[in-house]
Amino acid sequence: MAHQHDVIVVGAGGSGLTSALYAAKGGADVAVVTKLYPTRSHTGAAQGGIGAALGNVEEDHWEWHMFDTIKGGDYLTDQDAAEIFAKEVIEAVIELEHMGLPFDRLPSGKIAQRRFGGHTKEYGKAAVHRAAHAADRTGHMILQTLYQQCVKHNITFYNEFHVLDLILEDGIAKGLVAYELATGEIHTFKSKAIVIASGGYGRAWKVTSNAYTLTGDLQAILYRKGLPLEDMEFYQFHPTGLFPLGILLTEGARGEGGILRNDSGERFMERYAPTIKDLAPRDMVSRAMYLEVREGRGVGPRKDHVLLDLTHLPPETIHKKLPDISEFAQIYLGVDPTKQLVPVMPTAHYAMGGIPTTLWGEVIADESNTIIPGLYAAGEVACVSLHGANRLGTNSLGDLVVFGRRAGTAAAKFAKSAEFYDLSPDVSGPSRERVERFRNQSGKESVASLRAALQQTMQDYASVFRTEELLAKGTEELKELFERYQHIGVQDKGERYNTELVEAIELGYLLEVSEATVHSALNRRESRGAHAREDYPDRDDKNWLKHTLVFKQEGGKVCFRYKPVVLGKFEPKARTY
Amino acid sequence: MQVTLKILRYDPNKDTKPHWETYQVESEPMDRVLDLLHKVKYFTDGTLAFRRSCGHGICGSDAMVINGRNRLACKALVKDLGPSITVEPIRGLPVEKDLVVDMDPFFAAYRAVKPYLINDEPPPERERLQSPEDRELFDASTKCILCAACTTSCPVFWVNGTYVGPAAIVQAHRFIFDSRDKGARERFQTLGASTGVWRCRTAYNCTEACPREIPVTQAIEEVKRAILFDKF
Repeated sequence: MAHQHDVIVVGAGGSGLTSALYAAKGGADVAVVTKLYPTRSHTGAAQGGIGAALGNVEEDHWEWHMFDTIKGGDYLTDQDAAEIFAKEVIEAVIELEHMGLPFDRLPSGKIAQRRFGGHTKEYGKAAVHRAAHAADRTGHMILQTLYQQCVKHNITFYNEFHVLDLILEDGIAKGLVAYELATGEIHTFKSKAIVIASGGYGRAWKVTSNAYTLTGDLQAILYRKGLPLEDMEFYQFHPTGLFPLGILLTEGARGEGGILRNDSGERFMERYAPTIKDLAPRDMVSRAMYLEVREGRGVGPRKDHVLLDLTHLPPETIHKKLPDISEFAQIYLGVDPTKQLVPVMPTAHYAMGGIPTTLWGEVIADESNTIIPGLYAAGEVACVSLHGANRLGTNSLGDLVVFGRRAGTAAAKFAKSAEFYDLSPDVSGPSRERVERFRNQSGKESVASLRAALQQTMQDYASVFRTEELLAKGTEELKELFERYQHIGVQDKGERYNTELVEAIELGYLLEVSEATVHSALNRRESRGAHAREDYPDRDDKNWLKHTLVFKQEGGKVCFRYKPVVLGKFEPKARTY
Repeated sequence: MQVTLKILRYDPNKDTKPHWETYQVESEPMDRVLDLLHKVKYFTDGTLAFRRSCGHGICGSDAMVINGRNRLACKALVKDLGPSITVEPIRGLPVEKDLVVDMDPFFAAYRAVKPYLINDEPPPERERLQSPEDRELFDASTKCILCAACTTSCPVFWVNGTYVGPAAIVQAHRFIFDSRDKGARERFQTLGASTGVWRCRTAYNCTEACPREIPVTQAIEEVKRAILFDKF
């Protein structure tokens, strides 16, 4: 079936819905293509808050937020992006409130704010109350509120449609091809502009906070076409994943006063970040946890994790401000956090890297910022680069709304003066062949076992600490996994809700983004933010204060080019807290 | 431990009616029912269809009838269910395949109650103010994840699919009791109609089914009272 819309948004999470609303506001006929039902997207799993210098609890300024974001990103953050972000996120949070978002309130009636990792006052002096929140379900409330607005504005949705291909001809984005899960039908969409907002790829790792559906689909589709991905070596491991499942426990728990402890009960973060302790940025806390375990101070029969202590907090605080995470601990571990310490260990959480874009979400094709007309990206799938080498907590939700607004606005503006292109008659041919091949070939490899092998590889060779030896092994194993992927077989030959077929396709995407990640990590010979190389333990601004662009050439060879970091008022300095 | 897992299977392209299939699944007490479904799909029968996404009770994809009760497969643990577990699709919505149902009627009811803030006054430059006490009035309703466990547990909904159902009423409650919202009367047209709140027979199934512990029946009663006493 063929469809046509001025602007097509891929993905219905926070950035997708924001882009759709803003593109509609800009007068475009908008449709959202999502592989889930709306409100199932993983923005809904974000817990702790959205950081903005509202100053409702104490003095705060956007300049402080900008500085924290840049320092948190270990100076790989583009400073123009950080400035726009820190200013515009204030307005964006107010707009969410006007849309109806039920933020928690202060006695004054203003939006309540809490402390969060790496967010400070006066350029690092002490932690600041900056995270506007709705209990520990802020992401859920953002997703619900944005979807409510889409209902109000009658936005068109194509639910449970999986994108198979983007139609890029002569360097121009002309539409896309998608697979309808309910029927197995392949649809062609013509568009004047496309906004990619399809999220991250945490499912490449064995232990992750991410949904089963976060498989890097659109990153992989562009990468396969020879387009670059930026800074893929920077992947965030959130310190407090519920051990051993990896389910997220918000940093807001430490924002409310929670403390990490090792086997002797020591508050070990005092040794690693004397000023802000447990509220140090995530990369530092995750490394500290790994080191504690490595040096024999872990807890449990295998001494393989640490503990999050909330028992000194008033039970009322836990029930009111952290109800969901208390329930997770109770259900999945049988631990009552008001009385017992909660086992935690880092969990694969967030991609700082992704599809490179300009400040208006325009996708760029190379190191000289050549724009692909009609193609935009926002949110976790994109890299503007706001988060640099390590994202601060709450800045993902801010990123969704600030850059979702920009991408939606820019896409609508572009669509106004653009035309629909005629598509060649067999534009969906390659996608159709790919689907039919999976459906019909009787390969010996199963999706589940191959995916498990990939997740183990990434866990073993591309985790919190890295070395040349580990990463080189990772690239070798990935080669084998790519080979085995050629022999995938699916049992389900049907057309109706063939989720096995879809998982086979998703596994192909996961392999591509894993390759980009491991190769980029092997290539960067320094330690910066979330990329910790034990063989190159120091940050090396002389050689590596630059963004990686990773390309896959024809024939499969991986190569690199670089883009300068946009510097500005904050000179790179040693990063201590 | 060995779990006997019975799943109600149905593929309208192949089957004339739903039928039970039984699987023996090796599992741990802390396994979720979702883990068992994955084991069956990945190692026994790849054609098994079900929805899931986040895997920890936030996205609302995997509501199912598990041992006779509506629950989320990712929040139901083997240790609480015992060695014999049955799984069926939620009731009252057309089954598309196995455990996948057509959610469109459910979302149509959601849209019918105007589930968005209605307030035509120009907003202030900063946030609208709201006291913590006013915010508390609708706190529980904001937890709803639209999983449909409540609506598809409702005996009134089973016999009359035009009833808007508990989930849509909870969504309406979330706005009607929000001090910033001015749309209660508009919503009362839908909620006060013969397919609205008066269909509720206080069976309490919805409250018991809710995986988010929302007092759904109480919310419905509060909306009934608001209409009766025309509080808005």
